[in-house]
Amino acid sequence: MSARHTSSRLRSSTYRLWAPIVVFLAVLGVWYAISLSLDPDRQFLLPTPNEVIRVGFLNQDNLFQVLEGLLWTVAVSMTGLVIAIVLGMSSAIMMSQAKWIETSFYPYAVIIQTVPILAIVPLVGLWLGFGFTSRVVVCVIISIFPIITNTLFGLQSVPASFHDLFTLHSAGRPTRLLKLQFPNALPAIFTGFRISAGLSVIGAIVGEFFFRKGIPGLGRLLDLYRARLLTEQLFTALVFSSLLGILVFWGFGFIGRLVVGKWHETT
Amino acid sequence: MGDRQISNIQPSNSGDTRGRGSSSTLISFDNVSKTFPDGTHAVDNVSLNVEPGQFMTVVGPSGCGKSTLLRMGSGLLPVSEGEVRRSEGNLGYVFQDATLLPWRTVQKNVELFCELRGLERGERRQRAKDAIDLVGLSGFNRHYPAALSGGMRMRVSLARSLTLDPPLFFFDEPFGALDEITREYLNLELLRIFAHAGFGAVFITHNLYEAVFLSTDVLVMSSRPGRILKSFQVPFPYPRDLDLRFDPAFAELTGEVSEVLRDE
Repeated sequence: MSARHTSSRLRSSTYRLWAPIVVFLAVLGVWYAISLSLDPDRQFLLPTPNEVIRVGFLNQDNLFQVLEGLLWTVAVSMTGLVIAIVLGMSSAIMMSQAKWIETSFYPYAVIIQTVPILAIVPLVGLWLGFGFTSRVVVCVIISIFPIITNTLFGLQSVPASFHDLFTLHSAGRPTRLLKLQFPNALPAIFTGFRISAGLSVIGAIVGEFFFRKGIPGLGRLLDLYRARLLTEQLFTALVFSSLLGILVFWGFGFIGRLVVGKWHETT
Repeated sequence: MGDRQISNIQPSNSGDTRGRGSSSTLISFDNVSKTFPDGTHAVDNVSLNVEPGQFMTVVGPSGCGKSTLLRMGSGLLPVSEGEVRRSEGNLGYVFQDATLLPWRTVQKNVELFCELRGLERGERRQRAKDAIDLVGLSGFNRHYPAALSGGMRMRVSLARSLTLDPPLFFFDEPFGALDEITREYLNLELLRIFAHAGFGAVFITHNLYEAVFLSTDVLVMSSRPGRILKSFQVPFPYPRDLDLRFDPAFAELTGEVSEVLRDE
């Protein structure tokens, strides 16, 4: 009985491993088929995977250029994310403390979220220049909303009976915030971090399409490779930008599980 | 936020001239009524006193204002008419839900009230440890609430209030969500702790057997607006054991209580 249980679990875990690999191989096959069926003078549109690896990853100069770009994108997006976290959490805390602050400011948080980022970017450039600062600002704008909403939701979703306990023992606002609302909000806060981390990477890359001063990050490289039809390097930059997105998403999930995993089932 | 303030409790002082109850009275409700802002008349003209050593149970149909009574007694809710006076000292309050903070271990949960009251660390650790031992959960100090059964969570909730050594305890249907076997067991445990800690209690339930089994006094409340229909003295001496439930006198008393409820 238990042996059968184990073996079926084993089968399902190997299945989980193999199924995506099969899909990957299938995509690779289709890629080769399309690439090789193209006219040689049009093959730059979709170079074969081994060309991508040879030119984009094994050529040191090309690889280093992308890695340096990656470093800058990391710097921009993480600076933006940290600022978004600090600003977003403190505004959520203020909103949780006074209804009038929430009523007055929350609509603008929604507006920041709903106005297309591409419509704000030119203004940011005009006001703050076309370098690092502007890129960071775009990251903050694009990633702050999930932090505000998730933190605020977490702070406000404390069950009424928990508040009663604290009232019975004459707990003041700071105690209530620190010992009740904030820990209660932690799972939601980490959900916010995870969403925002991914968004801030997107923000950094989008920002660079517009702000061309300073050392090129991944966004500018993507634009550059597109303009020069360097498809192999375009793929390299693409791979690294999605790896960065996956890494921050997974990283915050991991930290979240470390912090709240003992008592909260994280998704 | 306004009605969270404890504003209507005046600790009775030794110069109590009202004449109701003695100076040792733990809590007294004098002609207390409650009408909510939406017009719901929840409690109607209730008077009762709890003395040390008294275990008073209030039974009544659901929605009859039993919980409202406790909320007024604790100061969580202001009274509309009448007066509630509570003696000095902490109040133990166990809700129907164990209300344990899920991010705290059993030990840390039990320490919470001492922490809110500003007791220093060593003191509150010791008190929490003693309380956990008293409710029979030694060895579970480092567990999180999610890992405990419903009955164990209620015991943690009880331990948490015990740390403040309150002279008066409120129980708001604490075992209502538990299965019958666990409930019986916890009834016994509660009586053991009652004997040990020596508090006065107001206990709310809609289970007649539980009411008679635990109490020195049983009050029957009407459906909304809640009035006190009748009060019974329970003559059986402590310590009580589960066999009491098969005693003919026990059956007779629960029968009488039940009749008052049914006539209502």
